[in-house]
Amino acid sequence: MSNGEFRSSIHPSDLVRTATVGLRTRPMRAALSALGIMIGIGAMVAVLGLSESSKAELLDQLERLGTNLLTVEAGIGIGRGVAELPNESIEMVGRIGPVEATSFVSDVAANVYRTDLIPVSQTGAISVKATEPELLETVGGTMAAGVFLDDATVTYPAVVLGAVAAERLGIDSLVGSPMVWLGEKWFAVSGIMTTLQLHPDLDRSALVGQSTAETFLDHEGPPTVIYVRAKPEDVLAVADVIPATANPEFPDQVEVARPTDALEAAEAADDTLTALFLGLGAVALLVGGVGIANVMVISVLERRSEIGLRRALGATRRHISSQFLAESSILAGAGGLAGVVLGVGITAAWAFYRGWDTLVPLVAVIGGVVAALTIGAVAGLYPALRAARLSPTEALRS
Amino acid sequence: MTTPVLQLKNVSKVYPTTPPVKAVQDVDLTVEAGELLALVGPSGSGKSTMLHIMGTLDRPTSGEVTIVGHSVSDLSDAELSGLRSAHIGFVFQAFYLLTGYSALDNVADGLLYTGMSLDDRRARAREALATVGLAHRLEHVATQLSGGERQRVAIARAIVGEHSLVLADEPTGNLDTQTSESIVDLLRDLNRAGTTIVVVTHDLEIAESLPRIVRLRDGSIESDRTKKPV
Repeated sequence: MSNGEFRSSIHPSDLVRTATVGLRTRPMRAALSALGIMIGIGAMVAVLGLSESSKAELLDQLERLGTNLLTVEAGIGIGRGVAELPNESIEMVGRIGPVEATSFVSDVAANVYRTDLIPVSQTGAISVKATEPELLETVGGTMAAGVFLDDATVTYPAVVLGAVAAERLGIDSLVGSPMVWLGEKWFAVSGIMTTLQLHPDLDRSALVGQSTAETFLDHEGPPTVIYVRAKPEDVLAVADVIPATANPEFPDQVEVARPTDALEAAEAADDTLTALFLGLGAVALLVGGVGIANVMVISVLERRSEIGLRRALGATRRHISSQFLAESSILAGAGGLAGVVLGVGITAAWAFYRGWDTLVPLVAVIGGVVAALTIGAVAGLYPALRAARLSPTEALRS
Repeated sequence: MTTPVLQLKNVSKVYPTTPPVKAVQDVDLTVEAGELLALVGPSGSGKSTMLHIMGTLDRPTSGEVTIVGHSVSDLSDAELSGLRSAHIGFVFQAFYLLTGYSALDNVADGLLYTGMSLDDRRARAREALATVGLAHRLEHVATQLSGGERQRVAIARAIVGEHSLVLADEPTGNLDTQTSESIVDLLRDLNRAGTTIVVVTHDLEIAESLPRIVRLRDGSIESDRTKKPV
């Protein structure tokens, strides 16, 4: 007798159909057990999506701001108290080959008030700085109202307010030609700047022309901060030579910084958080997998008679194990798909709220579904083998 | 002479408990094609074990089981599954219908493991349901059917494959007298149309109404009587 004479077989589409028997007869249980996987995958996709979207936003921001801006300040000299940048340092730094533009601010010993009636102590923490017309372009600033200092206003008692300074003084437009009480004199507000992402100190400043400061405020101080735009490819080289150029006598008293580094550092800190949340997502996924395994074990116990019937109808052990394995994979796969949708939804909602572009890495989407299917298969393995091991007579004895 | 549908030779089944239980002892039984017989006996007489052995759901401890000429001991577990899907239909006391499915799809499941496509299986299921008198109940789910109707669906599932042998295990066990009679009538009709049927029951009245009665007691055949055709 040929051994191949008797062979049960099942149409592939029927394998899927039989695998959904349990899901159709107990939809609530199926939904709840898939929920764990959905939350795990959803969390992971959302974390990856948010991290990707915020990274794209940062790159965009860096692109806009330019990473070729350096700030030069006096550091604290060891044993010499507060150091200063030499007056010539601006000119010296401007002579470095790849430097495209320089500008500066110099702290003025004066305070600014909305009127002359405000008590002297209520400075609003607004500092007064002397500068030059080139500053706006060098730091990449824009005006919210009016104009920046120009060659004319740079010698007159005119002032440009940073965004925060304007807000604190209660001036939101130039309507009515507002004046402020600055250094015991009235100054006309000629412009209000928009917020500068990289220079919060300028946001909190009232800027006057260098000559104005010298004429009206008895100012003669050295530059406090020098802003340097260098060719993008030479930024680091320029940063290296600035200390010795700006202050050849005490180069160690010169501090050079790249403000965009702070943004990148913040992003690096975000990466740590991302890893943490991914870990939490993985734990949720694991718990979800255990939940599915649990539900499948119960399902096999409850459906003994169905297993017995199928064996009587001609199902082999392999057919039975495939059915339960497929069922747990479908369960987890559906949870995974729902999780991907959830994760993308969260990312899109948050990105919309923050005004970012929504970016979800394809690897997160595909990886999410594949991970869910894998977990489903692993979780279903033991229950499936148990179902297959059940002898038909045992299964039918109910 | 044609090959018997079912042949048991010296079949014994011993359950290895302590002390061992001899559920079936030295049974010889031949069922020819076209027969309708009752396997009757009190509880514990070995009926269920006999049914499982005849249906290849279990193997005997000793002796030989032959289904349409194929010796069961020569076949692997997977081949026995194939043998069942091709040759043996089952009817159970508890019907075992899938609750979420229509009558039509429950019957179509009788051919599930033959590899036939769903459309073909449904077409044949429709015919089988018409045969058992349920042509008007195709789309009803199991919970919408009466007990008798459920058993008819289960019978349709057992005959949809046009199997060589239909084994019915207490098919009227969950039904009232009147419904039981109609089910027995149905089995008789199916038999007349050519289906070989073995009915396992403890109901003597039903057994007496069938052409051949095999009585079991303590795992052995007590009597085997064939009525003369009327």
